[in-house]
Formats: sequence, C-alpha cells, structure tokens
Amino acid sequence: MRAVGVASATLGMAVGVFAVSFGVASVGAGASVAQTCVLSLLVFTGASQFSAVSVIGAGGSPAAAFGGAMLLAARNGVYAIALAPHLPGSLGRRLVTAQLVLDETAAMSLAQREPAQRRAAFWITGVTLFVCWNIGTLIGALAGSAIDPTTFGLDAAFPAAFVAMLWPLLRDPRSRAAAFLGAAVCLVLTPFVPVGIPILCAALAIFIGVPAPPPRQAEADR
Amino acid sequence: MSWAFVLLLGATAYAFKAVGLIVIGGRSLPPTLERCLALIPAAMIGALVVTNTFGNGQHLQMDARAAGVAVAVVAAWRRAPLLVVILLGAAVTAAIRALT
Repeated sequence: MRAVGVASATLGMAVGVFAVSFGVASVGAGASVAQTCVLSLLVFTGASQFSAVSVIGAGGSPAAAFGGAMLLAARNGVYAIALAPHLPGSLGRRLVTAQLVLDETAAMSLAQREPAQRRAAFWITGVTLFVCWNIGTLIGALAGSAIDPTTFGLDAAFPAAFVAMLWPLLRDPRSRAAAFLGAAVCLVLTPFVPVGIPILCAALAIFIGVPAPPPRQAEADR
Repeated sequence: MSWAFVLLLGATAYAFKAVGLIVIGGRSLPPTLERCLALIPAAMIGALVVTNTFGNGQHLQMDARAAGVAVAVVAAWRRAPLLVVILLGAAVTAAIRALT
C-alpha cells in the first residue's frame, strides 16, 4: 500500500510539473492568467487544455478548439465508467470524485489489483495531481513567454510519462495487444482526420476483450 | 479567448466525467463489457504515447522527441522510477535540440 501511495504521489507531482508548460502555452495563445488558471481548475484534463489553446493560438475558431478538446475529454467519460465500480459513495461525494477522473488517475487506479489499493491510487494520484497541476499552471502563466517548453524538452515529458504509465499494463497479453493496436490505429489515422479523433478511434482496440479468455487464462485472472 | 469559451469547456469536460461515474454508479457490468473496459487504459495510453511522440497537428514527424521517448522506454524497461523516466525523456530531447 505504501508503494502505491509513493508511486501515485510521484506521478501526480511529475505530471503536475508539466502544467507549467501549459501555463506558458496558454498565455502565449492569448488567454489571460486568470483564464488559464480557470481552465486548469475546471477542465482539469491536460490533453484537452493543450488542444484547446493550441487551436486558438494557431488562429482556429473557438468551435474547432471546443470540438477537439471535447473529443479528447470524452475518454474521461469512458474512464469514469471503468472506475465507477471501484469508487462508490454518496451522490455528493461522487460529484467531487468525478472531477479527478482522467488519464493518470484511471491508469494508476486500474493498474492495482486490490480494491483498497485501487481507491488509494485514485485519490492520492488525483489530489496530488490537482494541487500540482493548478500550482504549475499559475507558475507557467506568470512566467509567460519567458520559457520555451521545447528548450527544456517538456513536450517529450508528456509521452515519456505515458510510457511509464503504460509499462506495468503491458504484462497482461491482452493489454499489450490493445496498446499496440491502439497506437497503430492512432498513427494510421493521424494524417487523415482532425486532431483528437485518432485517440478516440484507438479506443476501438478494446474490442480485443470481446472473446472470453481461454480457461487457463480465466483461472489466472482469478 | 472569451470567458464563455473557458466556462463552456470546463462544464462540458466535467459533464463527461460525472455522467460516466454517476449514471453507471457502483453497478457491476456484464463480463464482456468489463473485459473490454479493462483494456481502455492500454489502448488509449498506447495511442497517447505515439501521438505525443510523432504527432505535430495532423502531421507525423520524427524529431528529438522520438529519441527522448526511446530513452524513456529503456528506462521504464529497467524499472526506473516514474520521475526518472520523465526527466530522462525531457533531458535527452532537450540535449538533442541543443546540439542540432
């Protein structure tokens, strides 16, 4: 349990550091410091936030920016469905819980085997990430255009973080197949469809789970 | 950027999360659906890795990020802690950009 806590808090802080580059990018795209901070507080989904400010910054329409960001946010709804059985509670509690549902909390939580560890991983990752993400955003927004995120390789910190999250999932053969299929679908579609849609289409790889596992595998799962 | 845009984005992003969590609640799902849902993180994180490594809008390109992510893969394989994996990925990418 302690290892779960440390891993979750580390992830929250590490990805939170990335919020600094969101703050910089958002202000650079023409948002005020206050708008940038409210985006991180309310949207609280890194990929959606980056997508929205990058489209606006590149001169795209608010509708296009909204569409792309929402396609990226839609996967949180799917994460929420997957997480729901592990996060019971009153309606009020779940309304608060919902805001913490995103890539990192879903990945950390679903990677655990015990229900108590799943809940702990979700809450520790979620709260640490929320605090660090919003502090990071404020720092980045204030620093403004003084920092170029690419100079420090901060754009590569994002995929590197996803690699670290993906790694423990690859032990399971079906997850491994789903990861490679999802990545392949995303790569193939990228040149042909708007930004954000390839990631949604990658979710089709979950249909690998339709056939029942062979009996030996089913036993191992238990 | 208008405040209406900021608030609409926040409200809609939250709605996705809340509907998934609260409409389904703590009910158990059919086994087939559960098996599929269990694969969501792998499928989407796999896609997020490649799109953030090779993607530039709708274009695919091989640049310094690929080298940084390759080093991150090796670090993850060697069971390095998460922060080390991330910092290595960023540092290698930054170093290659600085040198080229």
